[in-house]
Amino acid sequence: MKKTFRVEDLDCANCARELEEALAAIPGVNKAAVSFMAQKVILDIDESIADTIEKTAVKVAKKEVPECTLVF
Amino acid sequence: MTKKQKKLLIRVIVGCILLAAVFITEKLTEWNNWIYLILYLIPYFITGWDVLYKCIKGILRGDFLDEAFLMTLATIGALIISEYPEAVFVMVFYQIGELFQSLAVERSRKSISALMDIRPDSATVLRDGAEEEVLPEEVVPGDTVIVRPGEKIPVDGEILSGTSALDAKALTGESVPIDVKPGDSVVSGSINMNGILKITAKKTYGESSVAKILSLVENSSFNKAKSENFITKFAKYYTPAVVVGALLLAIIPSIVTGEPKTWIYRALIFLVVSCPCALVISVPLSFFGGIGGASTKGILIKGANFLEAVNNTSTVVFDKTGTLTTGTFKVTEVHPADGFDKDSLLKYASSAEFYSNHPIAISLKEAAASSAAEPQDAKEISGFGIEAIVDGKQVLCGNHKLMDSNNIAFKKLTKGGTVVYTAVDGKYAGAVVIEDTVKPTSAQALKELKELGVSKTVMLTGDRREAAESVNAKLGLSEIHYELLPEDKVAVMDKMCTQKDKKGTVIFVGDGINDAPVLTRADVGIAMGALGSDAAIEAADMVIMDDDPSKIALAIKISKKTRRIVVENVVFALAAKLAVLVLAALGLADMWIGVLADVGVAVLAILNAMRNLKVK
Repeated sequence: MKKTFRVEDLDCANCARELEEALAAIPGVNKAAVSFMAQKVILDIDESIADTIEKTAVKVAKKEVPECTLVF
Repeated sequence: MTKKQKKLLIRVIVGCILLAAVFITEKLTEWNNWIYLILYLIPYFITGWDVLYKCIKGILRGDFLDEAFLMTLATIGALIISEYPEAVFVMVFYQIGELFQSLAVERSRKSISALMDIRPDSATVLRDGAEEEVLPEEVVPGDTVIVRPGEKIPVDGEILSGTSALDAKALTGESVPIDVKPGDSVVSGSINMNGILKITAKKTYGESSVAKILSLVENSSFNKAKSENFITKFAKYYTPAVVVGALLLAIIPSIVTGEPKTWIYRALIFLVVSCPCALVISVPLSFFGGIGGASTKGILIKGANFLEAVNNTSTVVFDKTGTLTTGTFKVTEVHPADGFDKDSLLKYASSAEFYSNHPIAISLKEAAASSAAEPQDAKEISGFGIEAIVDGKQVLCGNHKLMDSNNIAFKKLTKGGTVVYTAVDGKYAGAVVIEDTVKPTSAQALKELKELGVSKTVMLTGDRREAAESVNAKLGLSEIHYELLPEDKVAVMDKMCTQKDKKGTVIFVGDGINDAPVLTRADVGIAMGALGSDAAIEAADMVIMDDDPSKIALAIKISKKTRRIVVENVVFALAAKLAVLVLAALGLADMWIGVLADVGVAVLAILNAMRNLKVK
C-alpha cells in the first residue's frame, strides 16, 4: 500500500537523502521515496501494520532530520 | 521570501558589516590576539549560530558527517590555526550560499506548483434550493454544482444547464477552448470561461480526473531514474571519502614537512567541499522540472525512470484505431455509376440507412447532410445490408454480397476502408468508400520521431489487411501487423521487447481502452486521449491527455533535454569539487573558494535544472 505524507521544513537535499535511507530501513517499509522538491514522503508499506509503521516513521524522521516534521 | 529567509538575510548583512568593522580595526590597532578572537567571534556567532546548534544536535545523535558538523569543524579549525577573518568570512559566505539555495529552491517549487494549478479551491453546490460553498472533497455524486466564469470545475460531471467555453489548457496543453452545452460531460480542473454552468456531479473529487492527475504527478517521485539512484549512492560514499582525505592531508604531510598549520588549513578546505548537496539536488530537480514542463503540454509522466527511459527510444509501436487514426468513420470516396451523380448516390444510400445507428450509416448521413430522407420502408438483411423504398424506388444498399445475391452488375472495388454498394430499381448506382481517418498530426509525429533517432515504427491493428495498408500508405511506418487478436498484440510486443538491441527503449502507444496488457508489456506504455479514462491512467507509464500523437516526439525531446541538463549538472558539480580538492591539496585555493564550489555550484545547478520547466 502506498502512503503519502507531507514533510515540513526539510531544507537540505542531502538530509532528504538520509531521511529516505532511514525510512526505507523501517521493518515493513518496502520502498521509501522522499521528494525534496515536492516536500513529500511516499512509503510503500505492509497494510497490516500500517499504523505502527506510520508512528515509527514520524519518530525516525524526527531523529534523522530533527528540524523536519512528517505530517499526515 | 519567507520569514526564516528574511531573518537569515538580516543576520548575514549584520555579520558582513561587523566582519568588515573588526577587520579594519585589526589592521589599525595592535592589541592582544585574544581581543581580536573575541571580536571576530561576534559576527561568527551572529551569522552561524544555527549551524553550530545543528552541529551539536548532530553530534548528540552520533551523526558526524552532516553539513553543519563539517562546516563547524572547518571554521573552528580555521579559528584554532588563527585564521580569524577567514573563518568568519567562510561562515558568512556559506550562509549567503544557503540563503541563495533556499531562495532558488523556493522559486522552483512555486513555478512547478503554478504549472499544476488545476486544483479547484472550492465548489458551490445547490442544496435545498440554497447555494452553499463547500470543499471539492465534500461534493457527492448527484449534487448540483454551480460554476461561475473564472472558476474551475470541481468534480467530473454532466452539464445540466447553461452553455460556455471551457479552458482545459492546464489539463491537455490544448489552448483552444472547448464549447459545451447541456448534456455534455465536463472534466474537473478545466476553467469555465464565460457562461454560468449548472453541473450534475458524477464522481467524487477523489475519483475525478483532477485528483487522479494531481496524485499521478505528485507520486511521480516514487519512481526514480537510474541516474538519480546513481547520484544517491555516490553521495553516500563521497562525504566519508573526502573527510578521510582531509584527515590524511592534515596528518601525513604535517609529520613529513613539520608545517602542520599549512596542511591543516588545506585539509579544512576539503571539509568545506565535502557536502554533496549540489549533486543530490540537481539530478532529481532536473527530472522534476522535466515532468512539470511536460505536464503543461498535457503529457503526464508517472516517474523519472520513464522520462529517462524514452531518451533513447529505438522503437515506437502504435495501435491503429484511436491512436494514428481518429477512430471515427468518414466518407472518403464516392464513385457514382453511369446515370447517377455523387449527390443522388449519397442521397439514396443515406436514406436507405436512415434508421441505422451503425458508424457506417452515421458517416453516410453526415456526408449526405440534408438530402438524407426518411424511407417509406426499410428492412435489414443481416450480413448483407439494407433493402428500402426511397421516393417510391427500391434501393439496395450494402456489401458486395448483397449485389451478387440480387444479380446486379457492379464493379467491385478493393479499398482499405469499407465499401458500400448501392443499387436503385435493380440498376447499379455506385459505391461509397468509408474509412477511419488518419489524424492530421500522425504524419508529422512519425517524421519527428525519425528525426529523434527512432529507427523502427510499427503499427498493430485488429483491422483487416486492406485497412492497415491504406493507413500505412499515408504514413509509411517501417512495419505493420494486422488482423491481430488482443493476445496477438501482446505476443508481437513481447517479440519486439526481446529482439531489440539492449539499449533501445520500446514504446507502445494506445488509446488505453483495451490494450492495457500491451501497455504493461512495453518498456514504456503511453496512453493517448486519456482525459476521463481511468483505466488508461492506471495502466500506462505516460499519459497524453489529448489525442495528438506528435506529443510522443515532444516527450522524447523533453527527455533528451533533461538528460543533457543532468549530465551538465553532474559534470559541472563534480568538476568544480574535484578542482577545489586538487587546488587545495596543492595550496592554491583559499577556503572561500571551497564554499563557492559547494553552495555556489548548487545554486547554479538549480537554476540550470529550472530551464527544463520551459517546453517549447
